[in-house]
Amino acid sequence: MTQILMPALSPTMEEGNLAKWLVKPGDKIEPGQVIAEIETDKATMEVEAVDEGVISELLVAEGAQGVKVNTPIAVLSDGSASVPPPPRGAGAGGGGRAETSAKAPPAPYPDRPPTPTPPPQGGRGDDLEIPAGTQMIKITVRDGLRDAMAEEMRRDPDVYLMGEEVAQYQGAYKVSRELLQEFGDKRVVDTPITEHGFAGLGVGAAMAGLKPIVEFMTWNFAMQAIDQIINSAAKTLYMSGGQIKSSIVFRGPNGAASRVAAQHSQDFASWYSHVPGLIVIAPYDAADAKGLLKSAIRNPNPVVFLEHEMLYGTEFEIPDVKDWLVPIGKAKVKRVGSDVTITAYSRMVGLALKAAEQLAGEGIEAEVIDLRTLRPLDSATIVESVKKTNRLVTVEEGWGQSGVGAEVCARVMSEAFDYLDAPPTRVHQVDAPLAYAANLEALALPSVAKIVEAAKAVTYR
Amino acid sequence: MGLAATRADGAHADATKDELLQFYRDMLLIRRFEERAGQLYGMGLIGGFCHLYIGQEAVVVGMQSALRPGDQVITAYRDHGHMLACGMDANEIMAELTGRSGGCSKGKGGSMHMFSTEKAFYGGHGIVGAQVSLGTGLAFANRYRNDGKVCLTYFGDGAANQGQVYESFNMAALWKLPVVYIVENNQYAMGTSIERSSSETHLHKRGVSFNIPGEEVDGMDVLAVREAGLRAAEHARSGNGPVLLEMKTYRYRGHSMSDPAKYRTKEEVEEQKTRNDPIERVKKRITDAGYANEDDLKQIDREIRAVVTASAEFAQTSPEPDARELLTDVYL
Repeated sequence: MTQILMPALSPTMEEGNLAKWLVKPGDKIEPGQVIAEIETDKATMEVEAVDEGVISELLVAEGAQGVKVNTPIAVLSDGSASVPPPPRGAGAGGGGRAETSAKAPPAPYPDRPPTPTPPPQGGRGDDLEIPAGTQMIKITVRDGLRDAMAEEMRRDPDVYLMGEEVAQYQGAYKVSRELLQEFGDKRVVDTPITEHGFAGLGVGAAMAGLKPIVEFMTWNFAMQAIDQIINSAAKTLYMSGGQIKSSIVFRGPNGAASRVAAQHSQDFASWYSHVPGLIVIAPYDAADAKGLLKSAIRNPNPVVFLEHEMLYGTEFEIPDVKDWLVPIGKAKVKRVGSDVTITAYSRMVGLALKAAEQLAGEGIEAEVIDLRTLRPLDSATIVESVKKTNRLVTVEEGWGQSGVGAEVCARVMSEAFDYLDAPPTRVHQVDAPLAYAANLEALALPSVAKIVEAAKAVTYR
Repeated sequence: MGLAATRADGAHADATKDELLQFYRDMLLIRRFEERAGQLYGMGLIGGFCHLYIGQEAVVVGMQSALRPGDQVITAYRDHGHMLACGMDANEIMAELTGRSGGCSKGKGGSMHMFSTEKAFYGGHGIVGAQVSLGTGLAFANRYRNDGKVCLTYFGDGAANQGQVYESFNMAALWKLPVVYIVENNQYAMGTSIERSSSETHLHKRGVSFNIPGEEVDGMDVLAVREAGLRAAEHARSGNGPVLLEMKTYRYRGHSMSDPAKYRTKEEVEEQKTRNDPIERVKKRITDAGYANEDDLKQIDREIRAVVTASAEFAQTSPEPDARELLTDVYL
């Protein structure tokens, strides 16, 4: 003997009406046969039999109102298959699922679950650990990025580059210069202008085990592709219980270039650093650009790599060592100081360093931290610095609300509140789309002057 | 279009007794599994969204029979049938539906997000159309490695109006990627009929602009599906690029469990169930040919039922995932 239960039409349904019986006692029924119609205020649905057998009794009369979900409505005899036991937690009244779940005790997990952070990959330490006597050479950020890709493509045949104009044109910003000549068109792939499509295609290739580098001509255009970056690349490892990996780097210039106005001038750092499953990197100088891109390509997780067009042509010194790697997830103290901590990333690091020089002339010693990796964010380095300086200024090119600076401030408040001698202050783009007019553009973006002003404010000078 | 040249004239090639019985068994497993899933949903044991495949069984069973080991499969969220056809274990699928640790995603994916690298099933994706670009990428990897594999990329008539489908078509044809696109045209994108959503309702023509050969297939006839699948897979595998198969099919149930399907008539559904049911059609072939009688088929039915019953029991006795699983599989 098997009981047929009142089914739920939706996760929130708790009761319904038994509108009509389509079978009567004595009827032989087959799986899939419609045996009744039930209705709620929203809908009417058919109830299909799952088991075969003979209806021996109807327990709820046709027309009955307010029948609770999971109430037995009929009895089936001679069923060859058993019916599963009633669901866990169904109350005596046979309450619906919503009720059940509302009453369920919370799952026992630690009070403060640790934020999962990717284990450090590769990495031979940052340039504080450069062996003595290492020669330094000057290269541009552009060439640092190029060399990183070339070296990793030589090292691993699964690494390939795809994007708009990356091959024959040699890169819209010449970052992929000469890669086509060395690696051929199988591994340096010109795509149509189709960001949504090629981002998804890249993730699919990564799921099959390749290690794509997907170049966006700028990150502004990647908004067309953000669904694939977040819903497919960042979440699938988790949704598959660890089965499906996406070792993929999405890279390209991010932030405001010069006079290209609102749609081509946006910092997406806070957008992507919001998302678990992604690694987000935004380097400043050539050594970090090269060393972090190499680490990113080797990393088994999806990486969002935010470059800056205004830095591509800037020369920096880089240690002349074979296989230069910079660890992901480590900030770098670019200038030591005792009076105020200034955090920045990407092009803003340069502004912060200039501001620090200016402040030094006025007797204020700023400690400048290049965040370098925005997810996982190196809180420890920031907090340690603030414990020393007792003051914090954050700098970012993007908007303030829900920004990277807001996150840095929140972490410092929670981890070093008692050490603060002034409210942390954020320097960021004004709360408007970026204007085209030269004067308005300059007014909107962070500047050395604005950073100096903020540092003076928190040091009460 | 282009594939006609390779198409065998006239009727479908005959299937052997063993093949027909296997098709019957495979389709019946999907149907009984889905009926049981619907029941468990009704009991509150399955949460969230649950999209049943009942009525469309011939499509995945026929296509899967056209594949070679290692060929990949990817689809959207009406995915239970695809997983069973790929040979995934009914227990781990049902346990994923109930959100248990024995599920194929350890209970972290649910109905719409299931995968099996072992069976080359790449999901199970919840965003309409996204799997089309992903499947094209799987095919890109096949071509990159020149490993002879083909990727079956399924989508519905609803997804056929998403932009990234055509971005993918373009690249797949441009680069001659080994992908077979299968649009399962069950004629309703949730509640919107194809006539109300599509300026060109013959979806196999949607590849014309990209020179992708297309073919309309009776998706309620497993043999017609297999025939078309074999031709398409051969075409893609031989380096000729993608093929688009439009499977004319029908879902008996609503879009998801909470959909009463008021946008179509009872008569329309009944017509499909009584005159066009894919399982009944293969059953008739079997009995007409004298390959099995009613008792033999009943025996298969009992065996399938035992598998499904066991999966339902496993799905309820497998424990919920350990709280420690909350933060695993976020990063490698």
